[in-house]
Amino acid sequence: MKTVRWLGVGIGILVPTVAMASTLETVKERDSVRCGVNAAQPGFSSLDDDDQYRGLDTDVCRAIAAAALGDATKVDFVPLDSVERFTALQSGEVDVLSRTTTWTSSRDTTMGMNFTGVSYYDGQAFMVASDLGVQSAKELDGAAVCTQSGTTSELNLSDYFRINGMTYDPVVFDAPEQSIAGFEAGRCDVLSSDASQLYAQRMQLADPSMALVLPEIISKEPLGPAVRQGDDQWFNLVKWSLFAMLNAEELGITQANVDEQLSSENPDVMRLLGQDGHFGEAMGVNVDWAYQIVKQVGNYADIYDRNVGADSDFNIARGLNALWSDGGIQYAPPIR
Amino acid sequence: MIHNQTIIKERPAPSSAVGPVAWLRTNLFNGPVNTLFTLIGLYILYLLVVPTVQWAFINADWVGSTRDDCSREGACWVFINARFTQFIYGLYPRSEIWRANIVFAGFFTLIAWLAIPRLPFKRWVAVFALVGFPVIAYVLLHGGYFDLPRVSTHRWGGLMLTLLLATVGMVGALPIGIVLALGRRSNMPIVKSFCVVFIEFWRGVPLITVLFMASVMLPLFLPSEMSVDRLVRALIGLTLFQSAYMAEVIRGGLQAIPKGQEEAAAALGMTYWKRMGLIVLPQALKMMIPGIVNTFISLFKDTTLVMIIGLFDLLGIVQAALSDSRWLGFSLEGYVFAAFMFWVFCFSMSRYSQYLERKLHTGHKR
Repeated sequence: MKTVRWLGVGIGILVPTVAMASTLETVKERDSVRCGVNAAQPGFSSLDDDDQYRGLDTDVCRAIAAAALGDATKVDFVPLDSVERFTALQSGEVDVLSRTTTWTSSRDTTMGMNFTGVSYYDGQAFMVASDLGVQSAKELDGAAVCTQSGTTSELNLSDYFRINGMTYDPVVFDAPEQSIAGFEAGRCDVLSSDASQLYAQRMQLADPSMALVLPEIISKEPLGPAVRQGDDQWFNLVKWSLFAMLNAEELGITQANVDEQLSSENPDVMRLLGQDGHFGEAMGVNVDWAYQIVKQVGNYADIYDRNVGADSDFNIARGLNALWSDGGIQYAPPIR
Repeated sequence: MIHNQTIIKERPAPSSAVGPVAWLRTNLFNGPVNTLFTLIGLYILYLLVVPTVQWAFINADWVGSTRDDCSREGACWVFINARFTQFIYGLYPRSEIWRANIVFAGFFTLIAWLAIPRLPFKRWVAVFALVGFPVIAYVLLHGGYFDLPRVSTHRWGGLMLTLLLATVGMVGALPIGIVLALGRRSNMPIVKSFCVVFIEFWRGVPLITVLFMASVMLPLFLPSEMSVDRLVRALIGLTLFQSAYMAEVIRGGLQAIPKGQEEAAAALGMTYWKRMGLIVLPQALKMMIPGIVNTFISLFKDTTLVMIIGLFDLLGIVQAALSDSRWLGFSLEGYVFAAFMFWVFCFSMSRYSQYLERKLHTGHKR
């Protein structure tokens, strides 16, 4: 260990981290949350002109920082490759992984990580040229379908067409940029990929209105933040940061009106914003943790609309991601 | 009756034998087949050049700050303009960019000083460039000393990171490569076998694997109390990898020096290091300039692979910018810019090496 310290002084860039301390203590000591994100996923995590990360995934990171440290700007974003992401979480390089990661049983049970919830219900969908006049994926019999090789989309696609008794002509590309170029050049009638990606690809067309995404979703891709196994306190904090945003939306508390809501008489609002009870302290953070999340980052509707929804270029309908009370499946347990 | 004729004065050669017209005739329109190929070639050139110029210059949009300022008929250089600071410095805090600028200025000044023959004190400048400057650059860029705020290495990026990786790789790989090359030719069995194993191991694995191991596997093996910065991991991996290649290039140069040179030096009573340092290496390195620069250029381009371990080098930051929802659909502009920057640096290295070869050419040129 001495040698290690000496090396650390010598090189100066070695960062000693304390393994046995709880993640929350480490985060508080460091005064920042290390958040593993995607470097380039439009709408979920991408760099804007002013070097800031923008997107749904990165706003989840900010919410966690707001809850843990009271300051949403105290996040160190660590861009991670899709293979590297799990190691980075396991080795402690990041505290939380919020990187369009699909929650699957094998990842949850064998990779040493725990998913804390679903921040976005994604799934494979179809995009067609608007002038084709197709309204439903069921009308796609005999179509040429562009997709990417080596992904689960290819498998889902053949399953979907077989189940529905239709045939298709696969046109396989290596990368998303190639498949959208193929689609634009008319190599295929339909482009199939995860819905979140389709909307981003659509924006790359010279005229985005020439294509439309069909309503059918043919696979389950729940995306959510994940933490290391074995630290339940941190797991709880990340999980409830997400739930706090959903509860805030359900109670009508937005980033704009959160200060007025502080004087609300509604017991649910009072509990969420820390006016009644000590729910934050049980998690090891300040009593106003949820207030800070909503004030500095927003409720779930705020971050959804801003990054992928109505106020963004993608304009993705809420769909499954609407609250349970609005016909979606986003549902958060109550705070009490 | 020769003596009756006035002697014809010297005249310039007819325009059918020299000058542009003659050149065209001998090289491009020399017979029907050549004429045909020339015309076809010109036509293909026309097909390529006209749309390129139209796209890149005539129809291009240069001023503005958002996507809406681009007509999409030609290139949208607005995108490069808006992102330029990011492409050069990565995510380096905007308020601290002056520090990076000082390092850039120092870096290019030192290089120019060492490259321009007229300037004096070469030896001291070289010592400063290798010993003093890296420390100053580190203190400035990383901060944490003298009240400079710390800038964590994962905010370093863009051209700055590419140059850093390439320079450290080059400066580190050359001496290690020389030592390995000498070691491989050594008579001492342990030294020799160590060098052979080292070289063959690092040459036998792809760079992408090295970086991947450094980034994905290493943290799992290390005790969890310590984590080595990912930039340092990449630098070490890159340097070791390139030094193995460098060693083989230099060994090639050493093989080309006749054995008599070393034997003559030994006969004069020189020690091993003097023989190598004064007689063999100067001759070998001079001949190896094309090979060494070739390795440097490929190293410069290999630095783009650090993208897979989440470092934003020049290409990485361009790709990240391409996925900003406000700038979707300008990938061509981004890649053209990255390619141009890489070309400028690689071409300069190549020209400088040709200049060096001419300057050091003292009888070996064939």
